[in-house]
Amino acid sequence: MDLHFTAAEEAFRAEARAWLTAHVPRIPLPSLETAEGFAAHREWERMLSADRWSVVSWPEEYGGRGASLLEWLIFEEEYYSANAPGRVGQNGISLLAPSLFEHGTDEQRARILPPTARGDVIWAQAWSEPESGSDLASLRSTATRTDGGWLLSGQKTWASRAAFADRAFGLFRSHPGADRPHHGLTYLMFSLRAPGVSVRPIRRIDGKPAFAELFLDSVFVPDEDVLGEPGQGWRIAMSTAGNERGLTLRSPGRFSAAADRLTALWREQADPADTAVRDRVADAMIGARAYRLFTYAAASRIAAGGTLGPESSMNKIFWSELDIALHETALDILGPYGELAHEAVEAPEYGSWAEGYTFSLAGPIYAGTNEIQRDIIAERLLGLPKGRR
Amino acid sequence: MMFFLDDQQREFARSLNSLLAASGPPGVIRAWASGDHATGRTLWARLADAGVFALAVPQEHGGLGPLPVELTVAFTELGRHAVPGPVVETVAAAALLDRLGDGAAAATWLPGIAEGRTIASLCLLSADSPYALDADAADAVLVVDGDTVRLAVRAGPVQSSMDPARRMSRPSGGQVLARGPAVTTAAAHAADVAALATAAQSLGLGRTLLAHTVTYAKQRSQFGVAIGSFQALKHRLADALIGLEFAEPLVHAAALALAQDDPASGRDVAAAKLAACEAAWNAARTGLQIHGALGYTEELDLSLWIRKARALRSAWGSPTTCRARVLT
Repeated sequence: MDLHFTAAEEAFRAEARAWLTAHVPRIPLPSLETAEGFAAHREWERMLSADRWSVVSWPEEYGGRGASLLEWLIFEEEYYSANAPGRVGQNGISLLAPSLFEHGTDEQRARILPPTARGDVIWAQAWSEPESGSDLASLRSTATRTDGGWLLSGQKTWASRAAFADRAFGLFRSHPGADRPHHGLTYLMFSLRAPGVSVRPIRRIDGKPAFAELFLDSVFVPDEDVLGEPGQGWRIAMSTAGNERGLTLRSPGRFSAAADRLTALWREQADPADTAVRDRVADAMIGARAYRLFTYAAASRIAAGGTLGPESSMNKIFWSELDIALHETALDILGPYGELAHEAVEAPEYGSWAEGYTFSLAGPIYAGTNEIQRDIIAERLLGLPKGRR
Repeated sequence: MMFFLDDQQREFARSLNSLLAASGPPGVIRAWASGDHATGRTLWARLADAGVFALAVPQEHGGLGPLPVELTVAFTELGRHAVPGPVVETVAAAALLDRLGDGAAAATWLPGIAEGRTIASLCLLSADSPYALDADAADAVLVVDGDTVRLAVRAGPVQSSMDPARRMSRPSGGQVLARGPAVTTAAAHAADVAALATAAQSLGLGRTLLAHTVTYAKQRSQFGVAIGSFQALKHRLADALIGLEFAEPLVHAAALALAQDDPASGRDVAAAKLAACEAAWNAARTGLQIHGALGYTEELDLSLWIRKARALRSAWGSPTTCRARVLT
């Protein structure tokens, strides 16, 4: 057992650090959930991509570096400790692309992945519907067979990034007579500017249009934009949840960097006699370290040929609760300045704690609420009987 | 990087697990608690034969160590079966003797510890505890006071613990074994070894508490269904599992840091101790709650695990001490 990085991994870390030091904007970009910020973050994705830092784990032919999972973790550690911008391309890069790698065709990968890596195409996700949140398999939007493709109709909601994104991916009911709710769904990709698509931005709790409702009225999608076999959408959407996606939704680097910043803030500004705050800072440090080590363990098991299963549910609960606790602690240390919003001129550290706090509040809700994750852990890892939700 | 236990380490864990399961731990624990050490000493000898204590003793004195990673593997299994006696204190005493720079003391005591002939206890007054665990069962009781280490000759009356298998007493008197700055350094190292072993032991306790509680929740029926189908219980059990799963890599990483004499190992050990003991205690509270009134009885064997988890939470570094150390 060891925690060593190879010389090549250390060299990779040094190269990433040098690039980030030279390129990360000194003043944080405006929030990516605004039109101006979205455009600035898209430019940042292009800059990353130009030097092949946007998708390090992808094969070189699609704009990556063929980096190992461990190298990806190293990159993320450097990325967040350099205080680099949030990733506006995240939906495409870490939700869609793993499914394309596993279930897409060569033609799809060649057509879709490079512009995704460059930030030329930014993706929104279109899973939830007004009546289908945690019970996603009950979704009702339809895909109807037509000449050369499918016609999408229905309503999607909580589509993150959709206010400003280019394209979206999601599940649609294509075989309405199927025996069970999660059978007969098809995974489709479509343009948010296609005829028949209406986008109504939804303002999140701080007023920024971070997600949107999508109204779809007979939107034509060619066959080439079906991912995997029609009718197999549920399996395709879920299959990558267990392996890399479970690991890569939120990298430990983000929390290690935030815990380090919190510790620095505490050393500079907190009352050393306030042991209650000190204990919370220590818990943030311990939590971030635990998450990092847990991920190293998983990454090295995968590298040795193992797989990840429902453990990713534990990950999601752990980091989302850590993220909130960590930001709450920072706001408490900041005292009267803690409540100053991201845009306030006098907000400390360009309002990054306030922005991070707002972002953290969504963590226990999206990508399967933490209650659903706890059910999954109880049933699939502990073997407890299914019951009413 | 290969941050997981290798086949040999997993096999070591499996063999200790079977050895311990076959020894009937609840009976041994209850006998030990009543002051009858016979079955405990028999088990101790078997553990020594399996190499457990040799892991803390260097080869020159008949051991295999120091091997902190294997030590955490072993102590997780000891915790899984709530093995009574000064197991932590014995390996910590070995770490102390190994680092004293006093060849005679090391040669006198370490071979016996490795072979299981010598049960040791250790009291570090600097660690804010005036007590030695199970001094009445120990063959050697070491007491560190500042830069002096003594071999105690007497122990005060037993102060019973909420974990009935932990018998605490104040050691006193005895000859000075060593004095000087080496003692202080060795004692700090011994405290780290003790905290790490306690963390590993707590992980094991927590695993058993969770496993037995899950089994009970599947069997116990109320309102016509297994109580384990209720979300309120599922979510508590899921949280207990999360606590243990995220504590385990902290324990392994702290062992690696100690193995490499990493200058930051004290912080890593403190993080591991806090997380593992909190996770075990959460598993204990969950176990108590889900077993209902049954969990609140002395008769239920699991109560021995519940009470030990609480005691270990404060032993060898309280939560407050550990948190403060993480930020040093």
